[in-house]
Amino acid sequence: MRNIDLVIIGGGPAGMSAAVSAYNSGIKDILILDREPRLGGILQQCIHNGFGLHRFKEELTGPEYSWKYEQMVNELKIPVMLGTMVLDVTEDKIITAMNEENGVFQIQAKAVVMAMGCRERSRGALNIAGMRPAGIYTAGAAQKFVNIKGYLPGKKVVILGSGDIGLIMARRMTLEGAKVITVCELMPYSGGLTRNIVQCLNDFDIPLKLSHTVVKIHGKERVEGVTIAKVDKSLKPIMETAEYIECDTLLLSCGLIPENELSKGASITLDRVTGGAVVDQRRETDKKGIFACGNVLHVHDLVDYVSEEAEIAGKGAAEYIQNDGFNKNCDIKMTLGDCVRYTVPQHITSNENDVKIYFRVSDVHKDVTVEAKDGDEVIFSRKKQRVAPGEMESILIKSDVLKNIKSGAITVGVKLNG
Amino acid sequence: MYDVVIIGAGVVGGFIARELSRYKLNICLLEKENDVAMGASRANSGIVHAGFDALTGTKKAEFNVLGAKIMKRVTDELGVKYKNNGSLVVAYSEEELPTLQKLYERGVANGVENLQIIDKAKLLELEPNLTDSAVAALYAPTAGIVCPYELTIAAVGNAMDNGAELKLDFDVKSIRRNGDFYEISSENETVECKYLVNAAGVHSDNIAALIGDTSFNVTARKGEYLLLDKEFGTMASHTIFRCPTSMGKGILVSPTVDGNLILGPTSVNIDDKDNNETTPEGLSEIMSKTLAVMPKAPLRSVITSFCGVRAVPSTGDFIIEKAADGFVNCAGIESPGLSSAPAIAPYVVELLKGMGLSLEENESFNPIRKPAHLFREMSMEDKNKVIAENPKYGKVVCRCETVTEGEIVEAIHTNPKATSVDAIKRRTRSGMGRCQGGFCAPTVVEILARELDIPFEAVTKSGGNSIINYGRIK
Repeated sequence: MRNIDLVIIGGGPAGMSAAVSAYNSGIKDILILDREPRLGGILQQCIHNGFGLHRFKEELTGPEYSWKYEQMVNELKIPVMLGTMVLDVTEDKIITAMNEENGVFQIQAKAVVMAMGCRERSRGALNIAGMRPAGIYTAGAAQKFVNIKGYLPGKKVVILGSGDIGLIMARRMTLEGAKVITVCELMPYSGGLTRNIVQCLNDFDIPLKLSHTVVKIHGKERVEGVTIAKVDKSLKPIMETAEYIECDTLLLSCGLIPENELSKGASITLDRVTGGAVVDQRRETDKKGIFACGNVLHVHDLVDYVSEEAEIAGKGAAEYIQNDGFNKNCDIKMTLGDCVRYTVPQHITSNENDVKIYFRVSDVHKDVTVEAKDGDEVIFSRKKQRVAPGEMESILIKSDVLKNIKSGAITVGVKLNG
Repeated sequence: MYDVVIIGAGVVGGFIARELSRYKLNICLLEKENDVAMGASRANSGIVHAGFDALTGTKKAEFNVLGAKIMKRVTDELGVKYKNNGSLVVAYSEEELPTLQKLYERGVANGVENLQIIDKAKLLELEPNLTDSAVAALYAPTAGIVCPYELTIAAVGNAMDNGAELKLDFDVKSIRRNGDFYEISSENETVECKYLVNAAGVHSDNIAALIGDTSFNVTARKGEYLLLDKEFGTMASHTIFRCPTSMGKGILVSPTVDGNLILGPTSVNIDDKDNNETTPEGLSEIMSKTLAVMPKAPLRSVITSFCGVRAVPSTGDFIIEKAADGFVNCAGIESPGLSSAPAIAPYVVELLKGMGLSLEENESFNPIRKPAHLFREMSMEDKNKVIAENPKYGKVVCRCETVTEGEIVEAIHTNPKATSVDAIKRRTRSGMGRCQGGFCAPTVVEILARELDIPFEAVTKSGGNSIINYGRIK
């Protein structure tokens, strides 16, 4: 069995950024494992622009953004094994993987960064009734067909779900000559970024039907149509509003699920809301020396934030290896206040540095105040014009504030003004 | 000219073909779909019933008990996964206790071994996730689980390896008696045979009618199912039934042999025999009935839903008999048809023998088929030997079920050969996992196109017009 200081599982934006960050923090014995034939993960099929505005102050496509990190990995000569599937990770950081060249092999790591990304919710998980013909794809699968394989998976398209990939694919399919009839969204608001609604739907006159869902799929061999219906406040379809739409394709963009099968194998505790690991501010899971970052930890809306988070995880892993563990001088729990679905990290184990807390709200609200409290005491407060579930929020808690937490917990909430 | 033609490549037709391939015969299986196991054999509960349901003295009872007894040997030969997990018929009220007693007595009369009625304490020990309102259960330790399409594919494949032919996309439109033989025609092809077996499942009454036999009819009964993520495959370890009613055995909860949890079926008679669509009502019925018996059932973890159509005979029993010279009906094989199929086949062969078919032993007959899941169960050392010889076994295509390119290529070139994405899925489990093919489908399409030497856009999901792509982008 090989011994390697730091093994990074997944060579997408999170894995690459974590590797570079760990290297720059002084750990040189690193190995990135990825199942695809090249680095970059899902960015390689995201050929639209809009990446890197925060990180690189320029507008890049997915492959361009990836290339910036691929170059860093190459320059630092960080070893990468591609076409390699990790089959198992143990609590003791033994990694079992497989590829064509080496067969099945094991590595003992001192630290591990989990950066496996996420998958899309499938038709089955959505429980859409009807036939099971060809022509039902997750938006990401359709994106792979179009952008990587070069084939058109549909001509008359209905999209269920207004997540960002769905919106991007509405535009992409239109540009390739397909007719996108409508985008249905179960919720009364879109799950995607506002800029994508404007640039991918409005600019192409594609109607977005909020509070609508697909109740049935028709067609024996290929999709022939779908029945859509309005939903009530409890999200139940109102069958009187049912409407048949003729189409040959149904694309699904109904949420992303962190791919934590390996984490479960390592008995890592997961957060029920994020679907990712419960982590501290270094992105260390409850298994010592195993870190998580990127979409496997919680689903991000911008890759720029993935890179930022992965830097934290990479730096944490390097410190862990160098110091053989951490000096944890506190354990402050993050608790959920009004309108907040989750926070990352879920707890803070050191008050030596400032900690940025990421969170998502549960509903769209205008004119609000984001607040963090220690018991009844407000320790952070900021007004915001608008918050939405599709857009991740963050607040910074200063080290000196952390040092003075009395209740052992910080509650993040959103207060509605007016 | 074939000696024997079998109409219908489901589990019954498959086992008959395999049984006949023990002899020096020209055998042909006709199937109207583009793959085998496309009817009831594709979508059912996958249960090897112990044999207490059917009335004593019926063919159902006889073949079920016998089939369940030989299932272990047959699945070993065919390299098919089988688990003897036992079943429980649970009574949820005192009023249902007499039903348990009746089933127990019938089971004993049918020859089911080791049946026992267990009390609540023992029941909840066996199945701790069951509702506390359970009262008692009939425990049948001889029951088991098997994957119905895996079994069918293996039976047909083994028959083919031993010389039987398979004609897919052969939708029988007419049957003509011509002297001593039959002419069976689809729209564009005719085959001839001396003996004809009707194993056409839900359509077996329509096939019988083609030779003028209208002595029975077959009603199509729809059954919808939900399949849960493997993470929850251990929520139940036995197959858990409710007390039966006239519409069947009710909604069951069972582990599958591949480690998922299966819930279903609903039971609705339908007019269109090919209508296998799921319905919002059906899916919610399964959910509410499951929660009633297993309150903690993780219904958020459904990975797919599907619907099968069962062949319910008007006679109430399996119809396995000579219908005309050289013509045998093997019709209305509803539940427990899967359990019975390995036992029905030798009986049908005996019937044909009695009708004059001469059976000369095929010395080269090999009952053994290489398991499709051989690679995944190997030790690390053995896997590495295989990968060293063929690196494609080192490349994972389906991440959820860990299926390699080597296994997919093998499925394309092994009898009965896979030619579509769904056919690959049924043989290798690629796309059968929690992402439901979201990641692997484009790669599977690519492998199919390469191995079959057809254009990428010609690859289908399930044959016919089930195209996946409309050609190159701009």
